[in-house]
Amino acid sequence: MSKLSVSPRAGAAPVPPAGGGTHPKPRRALKLRVFGRNPIGWILSAPYLVFVLAIFAYPIGYAVYMSFFDYFFAAPGAQVDRPFIGLQNYVQLFSDPAVLQSFANVGVFLLINVPLTVVLSLLLATALNSVVRFATFFRVSFYVPYVTASVAVVGVWLFLFSGSGLVNHLLGPLAPSPSWLISSAWAMPTIALFVTWKQLGFYILLYLAALQNVPKELYESAATDGAGKIRSFFSITVPSVRPATVLVLLLSTVVGANLFTEPYLLTGGGGPNGASTSPVLIMYQQGIEQGHPGYASAIGIVLVIGVLIVAFIQNRFAGGKKS
Amino acid sequence: MSPQPTNRPATSYDDGATRRTLKVPRLRRRRGQLELTRGQSVLQGVVLGIGAIVFLFPFYYMLIGSLQKSPDTSIAGAFPNPANLTGSNYATINSGINLFTGLLNSGIFTGGVVLCTVVFGVLVGYALAVLQWRGRGVTFGLALLVQIVPFQLLTIPLYVLIARDYGLADNYLGMILPFAINSTAVIIFRQYFLQVPRELFDAARIDGAGEVKLLLRIALPLVRPALVTVILITFIGPWNEFLWPFLITKNASMQPLAVSLANYISNVANSTANPFGAILAGAVVLAAPVVLIFIAFQRYFISTDIGAAVKG
Repeated sequence: MSKLSVSPRAGAAPVPPAGGGTHPKPRRALKLRVFGRNPIGWILSAPYLVFVLAIFAYPIGYAVYMSFFDYFFAAPGAQVDRPFIGLQNYVQLFSDPAVLQSFANVGVFLLINVPLTVVLSLLLATALNSVVRFATFFRVSFYVPYVTASVAVVGVWLFLFSGSGLVNHLLGPLAPSPSWLISSAWAMPTIALFVTWKQLGFYILLYLAALQNVPKELYESAATDGAGKIRSFFSITVPSVRPATVLVLLLSTVVGANLFTEPYLLTGGGGPNGASTSPVLIMYQQGIEQGHPGYASAIGIVLVIGVLIVAFIQNRFAGGKKS
Repeated sequence: MSPQPTNRPATSYDDGATRRTLKVPRLRRRRGQLELTRGQSVLQGVVLGIGAIVFLFPFYYMLIGSLQKSPDTSIAGAFPNPANLTGSNYATINSGINLFTGLLNSGIFTGGVVLCTVVFGVLVGYALAVLQWRGRGVTFGLALLVQIVPFQLLTIPLYVLIARDYGLADNYLGMILPFAINSTAVIIFRQYFLQVPRELFDAARIDGAGEVKLLLRIALPLVRPALVTVILITFIGPWNEFLWPFLITKNASMQPLAVSLANYISNVANSTANPFGAILAGAVVLAAPVVLIFIAFQRYFISTDIGAAVKG
């Protein structure tokens, strides 16, 4: 089976009866070299590849291009002068207090959302992993917020967390004043709490998948050595699910950087006084409402670079070599 | 990469159902962590119970709130009071935004995205798993890479291209295009096609079947569970999507329900008598289809595929 035919890339697949004999015809050899054994693979993948180029690769390049220009909207086909301005958009961004605040807000968001997400989803996944009765019920209930539209559940949270809402009724004199979503101290934490609640089911699922792969023998031998449940949780479960933790960290950071719907709807577009604006919200306001797409693209690029840096640091500290 | 799921996605989690019918005590002993003391299993029940209440209560409250004549935010308001129940909030929201049009637009947008996802996903997944061609590795690498490209970087250039340059604002095609390819689906299909025994394909090739016939007659019927999984996990994306359709639909008659409800929340609601009632009624209409389909098909959503696909 491992007799490799002409193409060095032929792989371990069984050699089809037609070609690949001892004397391959020259034309076939050429075709093999250019397209591989099954050129139809190219044809089947072509629509996908065209789309990847058209709606991912090209827009990314276009974003980078626009960020160096004073780009503005004009009627289609109109010849307009959009001057090259170098790094001016980037300079402006780092001296714009609204943009800086939006990045700081994402920082606050991540500091609350990410640790809460990791701890709660691992805790609930561990509890769920060993449950015998009602397992389906619990899984379904944890996952329902994740499958529901943000816009729909935002409606309930507005109702629950409004000044005279149920949450404040329950808290009584402990209720913050001004209330949750109109207080500059509480607006962003409330949004972080909302997103944690909304997304948690998905991360619970990731942890559940990871927990299924932890060898049971590890727990047995730990129990034989006299380790209790808590000890074996920290010494076995936590290190074993580390790859999942890295993934949860990465994905929850990306979700945080994408924040738009929640500040837009929960706090009426980033109030009070910009305490809950997010970079994507500023991108929307600058790029589409005020017609500075070049500036908005620059914000997007800085945001993505920021996410990459945060992800790299997280990977460095949480990742380790084990996977 | 990691061991892939079988084509019966639910089994790996289905301890409750399958293991109980097997010899439970022996399996339990082998699964170390199932041996909980009484105190521990009570604690576990409490943790899960509190979790379930926290996750489900807002949905219950959504329904109650949508039926209240006047908003009752006291603690008693969380329990239905027949004197305060009405269907009029649904009429209010329907006069503010046309629910039927919104649902129809959501349906067209979602249907278009799912159709594109399945067609492209099947073709590429099959090519990646079954065929030997140059560029296969690069294509698979691209599918993984595309998953980590953050949408916020694409928002502005896609808006400029699609809404301004191509003139596809307020157009279904413009809504669908950015979601037409879905690399998660490509990867799920690839994993399923990889599990089909190669001998089946080779036998059919010897019988003279072409690749297209092979794909449609042999491969596709064998991966029907993958089709169901992909359809179910991809339809919630466009149905719930807000930012993109919000950007490119200004015409109310073209807006998916999520967008028109959001506009209602931020612009109109405050001028109505019972704003929360109307908002919650709209929220119920938007959430109900997904939640009901999710509950009916939950085993497809809660499969290892999702984790496997994200892990690549």
